[in-house]
Amino acid sequence: MSDFRRQNRGNVDNNTKVNFTFDGKTYSGLKGDTVASALLASGVHLMGRSFKYHRPRGPVGAGFEEPNALVTVHRGKGRMTPNLRATTLEIYEGMDVRSQNKWPNLKFDIGGFNNIFSPLFPAGFYNKTFMWPKSFWDKVYEPFIRNAAGLGPAPKEVDPDVYGSCYGHCEVLIVGAGPSGLAAALAAAKKDQRVILVDENARLGGSLLSSGEVAIDGKPASEWLTKTIMTLEAAKNVRIMRRTSAFGYYHDNFVALAERITDHIPNAQIGQVREVMHRIHAGQVILAQGAIERPLVFNGNDRPGVMLASAAQSYMGRYGVAVGKEVIAFTSHDSVYGAVFDLADSNIRVGAIVDARASVSKDLLAMAQAKGIDVHVGSVISKTTGKTRINSAEVYNPATGQKTKIKCDALLMSGGWTPSLHLWSQSKGSIKWDVETGVYLPDVANENCVCIAACNGDFGVETALNAGSKAGGGRKKYDVTEAEWGSGEIFDQLPNYITPKKTKAFVDFQNDVTNKDIILAVQEGFKSIEHVKRYTTNGMATDQGKLSNLNALEIAAKALGKEAPKVGLTTFRPPYTPTSFGAFCGYRTDDLFEVTRKTTIDPWAEAQGAVFEPVGVWRRAWYFPKDGEDMHAAVARECKATRDSLGIFDASTLGKIEVVGPDAAKFMNIMYTNPWSKLAVGACRYGLMLGENGYIYDDGVVGRIAEDRFHVTTTTGGAPRVYRHMEDYLQTEFPELDVWLTSTTEQWSVIALNGPNARKLIESFVEDIDLSPEAFPHMAVREGKICSVPTRLFRVSFSGELGFEVNVPSHFGRQVWETLFEAGQKYDITPYGTETMHVLRAEKGFIIVGQDTDGTVTPQDAGMSWIVSKKKKDFVGKRSLQRTDLVAEGRKHLIGLLTDDPKVVLEEGAHIVADPTQSVPMDMLGHVTSSYWSESLGKSVAMALVKDGFNRMDDTLYIPMPGGVTHAAKVVKPVFYDPKGERLNVV
Amino acid sequence: MMLIHCPHCDEKRPEVEFAYAGEAHIVRPNAEQQQAMSDAKWSEFLFIRDNVRGEHCERWWHANGCNMFFNAVRNTVTDKFIKTYKIGQKRPTQAQIQKWKSAK
Repeated sequence: MSDFRRQNRGNVDNNTKVNFTFDGKTYSGLKGDTVASALLASGVHLMGRSFKYHRPRGPVGAGFEEPNALVTVHRGKGRMTPNLRATTLEIYEGMDVRSQNKWPNLKFDIGGFNNIFSPLFPAGFYNKTFMWPKSFWDKVYEPFIRNAAGLGPAPKEVDPDVYGSCYGHCEVLIVGAGPSGLAAALAAAKKDQRVILVDENARLGGSLLSSGEVAIDGKPASEWLTKTIMTLEAAKNVRIMRRTSAFGYYHDNFVALAERITDHIPNAQIGQVREVMHRIHAGQVILAQGAIERPLVFNGNDRPGVMLASAAQSYMGRYGVAVGKEVIAFTSHDSVYGAVFDLADSNIRVGAIVDARASVSKDLLAMAQAKGIDVHVGSVISKTTGKTRINSAEVYNPATGQKTKIKCDALLMSGGWTPSLHLWSQSKGSIKWDVETGVYLPDVANENCVCIAACNGDFGVETALNAGSKAGGGRKKYDVTEAEWGSGEIFDQLPNYITPKKTKAFVDFQNDVTNKDIILAVQEGFKSIEHVKRYTTNGMATDQGKLSNLNALEIAAKALGKEAPKVGLTTFRPPYTPTSFGAFCGYRTDDLFEVTRKTTIDPWAEAQGAVFEPVGVWRRAWYFPKDGEDMHAAVARECKATRDSLGIFDASTLGKIEVVGPDAAKFMNIMYTNPWSKLAVGACRYGLMLGENGYIYDDGVVGRIAEDRFHVTTTTGGAPRVYRHMEDYLQTEFPELDVWLTSTTEQWSVIALNGPNARKLIESFVEDIDLSPEAFPHMAVREGKICSVPTRLFRVSFSGELGFEVNVPSHFGRQVWETLFEAGQKYDITPYGTETMHVLRAEKGFIIVGQDTDGTVTPQDAGMSWIVSKKKKDFVGKRSLQRTDLVAEGRKHLIGLLTDDPKVVLEEGAHIVADPTQSVPMDMLGHVTSSYWSESLGKSVAMALVKDGFNRMDDTLYIPMPGGVTHAAKVVKPVFYDPKGERLNVV
Repeated sequence: MMLIHCPHCDEKRPEVEFAYAGEAHIVRPNAEQQQAMSDAKWSEFLFIRDNVRGEHCERWWHANGCNMFFNAVRNTVTDKFIKTYKIGQKRPTQAQIQKWKSAK
């Protein structure tokens, strides 16, 4: 047993040794230890280096607020987690822990030179120094900052661990299982309601685990605790969640919890769930998160061995670990006396209590005297010494000027207590400044939420238990014997005889912000605490200022000559504590990261070796390479085969909406630019849809199935928004129309057959439909059967060839496809993908909404005035088309481009200019929207949006490319292939 | 996550089921009115919206639910829904909104 371990104290298992390594060296702790408590038990305080100055640092706290003792834990390949707090990490056999931000090692760190040059690193240093030249930022400044001032390294490998995700519901959610939380749970459990009790630690009990002699209802606190936990565990309506952080508080009592399941287990297997994110909807939330002790801001307050008094008490109470052999306490609050007496009773020599206040209660002084502890009233610590661990502190009495050096190996500080208002503030509960204690307290709740006990500024175990009982709806009054909590004073700055230039008093330990930095920021004109925060980086580290925010506020307020509440408080935002990305992702990784929509024919394409491309959330066959073909060769072959004989294409992703009802035609008249009333049953029409602003919104072929029934198709990507758009107008502007809309995209498989042999192929499979050109002309739809299954057969073409679109119920899609494909062998039937589809349609000048239009293109701009009805009194977008701006001269028009060199395929998105010799930046006329190699024409074809394009027919325009190459192209009408449309009528 | 009361389902459902759909009670002019409107007036109808700090009447769509549009009064500062109601109901008066608020 080391000199620092007290066998009769703490909740560790004295009989179970646990070995772990820290920076490669093996240490042993006890089961129940944290990394910090086990290292402290071995006499190790130095656990990290600070962010900016690389100063040696040890733990300041004993819990989740810890800013200094950040370590990286390695659990095998891809399982490395940086920036974990040594104070909360439970050790397990073989645990591999490493310190951070040091090179070559923790004791001797080259970066420590930053410390010597620290006058060069004042507040706003980065903002001031790394300003220019701008080009230096990526290559010089940022890498420098990252190397010199890093936290732990970010993991580079894929995290192999599994994370979970869960929803939960309860009537009462209690955050924090200290005395108040436990009492609340006990009371709430007695009612017929679901209770969830959450605590971030492995053990329930909170302050009861570390406080001195406390008796609850006449029994020792530990007995009460054991009994309470047993009662709660036995209650069927109570769920206790340990190692679970409530890190985010959202609308309507929706609280996010991160539960850590395997990080404390040796050899946790991959596949075991490591963490679970719980999203809890609670009827009522009881916040019992307690308070965090506040550091004092004095010269040398960051040396390893300097820590919060409550932390020292926790190490003794929870783990039986003495943080030193000879300690000094420095305080401005009464609560320290109890903590120090507790340590003195645990066989730690207390050299002195230094109290910054002018007077201290006689009782406390008498008790200190009884324990043989000197109290220096009205005194401060003016400096500390010791390289990697404190070895002395100088006590200075400003009134007498007297200085006394006292040897010590730990210094315990307390500047009072800060209630943990993080979740309360996240819930948008208001806060008010309490002048007496110098803290913010909860004021008016925004949700059904209550903050109790220390987290409400009410201290002491009895107070906590009674507040808990009341919040849980109980009436029980607890009777507790405990030391008086007392009171304290807040000091924004402590007096010192040493010139400020030569002192270093830290406010934010993790980001190395000193009181001088904050004062400098104020002097440089920063008046809002939000600006001071960002300029100095105070409170912006991983601890989010849990220890530093209020001290920074006091110092800034004093420097500004204002009251603290006038300076404000920085906003609390989730997460309360750092939460892993894994927990946020849950199971939504890899295949589950995003939904991939597939058609029923997709597996066939996959088996054929198709290359796929994503189209929205769909994956579609892009092309079908044969015998090692590249894309260019495959697409050229697919195009040729389709134009020469027969191509087959899976068009199932087309959006489909069934518009049904007595007023269906009226509704279509409103939604589309062209008229629908006179469209005969069995006929199809291309429809163009505008937004109310007059710009092209979507397009597609619509078939009239019956008087009161339209089969509407939309673009693949546009289906959801078109459906919404239609529902919106139907429900809110034309509710009098008797129409029903149904999204049928996934009800139909669509097999597009294009090419001169299309009719011949289907002839033998179709029943009840006369396929002759006279009976079934282009742009018609018939219902019947194909391959013995029901079909809506469309004669339409998006390729310019004779074309049919075979709609069959989805589950028959693959069967029909395979039957047609097999029978099509005699026509050398060729499956093609989206690329060939694009080439074929571009050769015909058919637009793709969203590619050839961009949300600012009117039908006139696209050369489609013919589709806009002049007779209809109203349709969506009609009035906008008359707006002066939309009929003005010089708008961009959709035109065709033929390159002077037919082999050159323009780049889509490339800009177009009239004069390539003009100086940069050039006057740009527009850009290329679609561009392909056309195998059928033996040349490239392109479409483009060009300013005043219709008036530039036959002009030559230029497309300058990076690298100095400029292509010339002639403006033409965007119909390149079979302009008369004769191929549609192949018999 | 907010819970939003859908007046068609008459149930509080999670926010993810809903989509915001802009300001409420902006009536689309009919064909005759449209033709009588100046470009400026029409642009105002198309593009100009209130930017209320406080109680705002707005449209919501129960997209992943009953598929119905409805109106709501929501406070844009606190993000609290005061009331949801069906399309077609009149814009609530300030007095009505205050009444709803005190009834909560």
